Amino acid sequence: MSSQATTQPQPGRYLAYAWRSLLVSIWFAILTFPIIVIRANTITGTITWRWHNIGWIVGGTFVGSWIWRYFLERKRAGAEATMGPLRQRLAAARAVVTQAARRPAVARGGIAALLLLVVAFPFVGGMYQTNIMTTALLYVVLGLGLNIIIGLGGMLHIGYIAFYALGAYSYALLNLHFGLNFWLALPVGALVGGLFSLAIGIPVLRLRGDYLAIVTLAFAEITRLVLENWSSLTFGTAGIRNIPRPAIAGIRLTLPQTTTFVYFIMILMVVLTIFVVNRLENSRIGRQFVAMKEDFIACQAMGVNIARTKLAALGLGGMWAGLAGVVFAARTTFINPASFTVWESIIVLCTVVLGGMGSIPGVITGALVLILVPEYLRAFAQFRMLLFGAVLVTMMVFRPGGLIQKRRRAYTISAQEKQVAAEIGDPGIQG
Amino acid sequence: MNYFLGLFVSGLTRGSIYALLALGYTMVYGIIELINFAHGEIYMIGAFTALILASVLSIAGLDAISILVIASLVAMIYSAAYGFTMEKIAYKPVRNSQRLSALISAIGMSLFLQNYVRLAQTSNFLPFPTLIPRLGFLQQLTFQVTSAQFVIFVTTTVVMILLTLLIKFSRVGKSMRAASQDKTMAMLLGVNVNRVIALTFVIGSATAALGGVLISSFTGQINFYIGFMAGIKAFVAAVLGGIGSIPGAVLGSFVLGWTESFGAGYISSDYEDVFAFAILVLILIFKPSGLLGRPENKKV
Repeated sequence: MSSQATTQPQPGRYLAYAWRSLLVSIWFAILTFPIIVIRANTITGTITWRWHNIGWIVGGTFVGSWIWRYFLERKRAGAEATMGPLRQRLAAARAVVTQAARRPAVARGGIAALLLLVVAFPFVGGMYQTNIMTTALLYVVLGLGLNIIIGLGGMLHIGYIAFYALGAYSYALLNLHFGLNFWLALPVGALVGGLFSLAIGIPVLRLRGDYLAIVTLAFAEITRLVLENWSSLTFGTAGIRNIPRPAIAGIRLTLPQTTTFVYFIMILMVVLTIFVVNRLENSRIGRQFVAMKEDFIACQAMGVNIARTKLAALGLGGMWAGLAGVVFAARTTFINPASFTVWESIIVLCTVVLGGMGSIPGVITGALVLILVPEYLRAFAQFRMLLFGAVLVTMMVFRPGGLIQKRRRAYTISAQEKQVAAEIGDPGIQG
Repeated sequence: MNYFLGLFVSGLTRGSIYALLALGYTMVYGIIELINFAHGEIYMIGAFTALILASVLSIAGLDAISILVIASLVAMIYSAAYGFTMEKIAYKPVRNSQRLSALISAIGMSLFLQNYVRLAQTSNFLPFPTLIPRLGFLQQLTFQVTSAQFVIFVTTTVVMILLTLLIKFSRVGKSMRAASQDKTMAMLLGVNVNRVIALTFVIGSATAALGGVLISSFTGQINFYIGFMAGIKAFVAAVLGGIGSIPGAVLGSFVLGWTESFGAGYISSDYEDVFAFAILVLILIFKPSGLLGRPENKKV
């Protein structure tokens, strides 16, 4: 570990850090002064000075800046330096795990253990935990669906929640007027989500990047506002009540039983989604998505019909949102437009990016982390959104590729092939 | 006719406000191609700083005009400092990562700032003092213009002219344009790109704060959430005009302002935001890079 010296800052640098951190904390003390310290009551015309807050700011930013600087330095050095001891051990552990997972017996055991955990969860965790987990699973499906559009297709979509809303409303309304049951509503919801996604996709085929982003956001907001204002159809902001929970024909389930039942429906749906997305990724059309994401023009030159590929990605992605929407409506039994705001779209987007775009385990982890962590942080209810924001920024600065980064299927070149390449002088393979 | 003029003036006011915000969006986008989601939060922080300062000053017993001037100036300086700090923390380290990382970072910043103000101040709506004094000569006009509307429009026009002059003729403006065309080349020619980017954030944030102070004294109330929708609307305006283009941002803002106010006035006020988003979609369908945006021709 000769290069350790470059990754580990020398003592002298710590002092320099301290000086700069002190400057930073003074800067922040000045910066936050009016908002943190002064609280003006405009009605009574009184002012409260909260000087103690400044101490928190100075202390917090001093420590924070020190840590920040230290990690930023490490990240910068990390490019050429070797890994630290902890990371090395982690990498070694990971290698052992991947080696073990290759052996069928271990893999089967792992899957069985996971299955057991998943099945046992509602019976061990109780209703509250099951409910939270169901929400997280809904976001897993949403994340995986959006991943088709963003992670595979490379289209920045910030209006994904609209299809979720449409799925939920189509179940609620069809049930209200025609008594459609949950099971029939599932495919209908998926169809509605997919078709609307296509319908929105057609006019925006020419748009790219941020223009696409803002237009999808606009469509989502239009959807929400129409749901809110078209009271004769959607009952406006009052929403729709008493949406029936999913049921098995003829059997009446108690509330805890339904909760467990919905949980298992979600588990099945997640498994289905993973299966489909995984198959999609390695299919012809999935590769077209990735090609389109990587290089639009080269992809077109290779004979891929861009318009059709884009629409396919949008349609396939929208479907899952519609499907998840139906389950959402059935689970909460009450929906109103307030559940489908821009922020909801943004959270789904965050699950995808935070987890690791394009990577299925990444998106699952992202959704679980983003939904479960704030849920369990309820003790810090006041601060959790603040922390959430800070975590998003920190994650993007230090690990921009997400928690679990996508690994492409790579073709490894054997020694024999290298030799052949050397003989025929093909520089492309030798490297 | 008076009804029409009223709507026209209210559209103009809205447009001016959107323009003050959209300028910041478009300048930042022009240089680092980032949708600065937290821009609306800077506007909100500007409004809060002005509110706090105005309360302190009015208790200290200053007259209305000096309160307005001092509160706006300090709010601008503070917001500029926030913008500067934000760029250093959340955007500079991700400048070379993928575009989406920067966007998520901006979203995180936006959440953070909203909740920072919510925790440090309040989550309720606060009444905002009417900082803008009554102007006598407006009473003599045949149609209704409030002094707030007048001041907003005049300020926006002045700011726009100043910004255009700055970008067209000053040395700083020249380096900004150079950096937005090609950062590496600009760097090779001796432009301190980091400083130019920081400066762009500073200017954009200061104009946003000015917008925050003006609109808040017009609407009379603020809370920690006002920045979000205003930010989205301003972004819509910037895209409508062609993001990255300064005249485009201004034109887009006015188009958006009029669409909203005429749509609300003649059709239905429930669907006001729907009109705003619908006009965006319509224009982008026919002109995919906005009204005045340059079409993006990618060379292979």
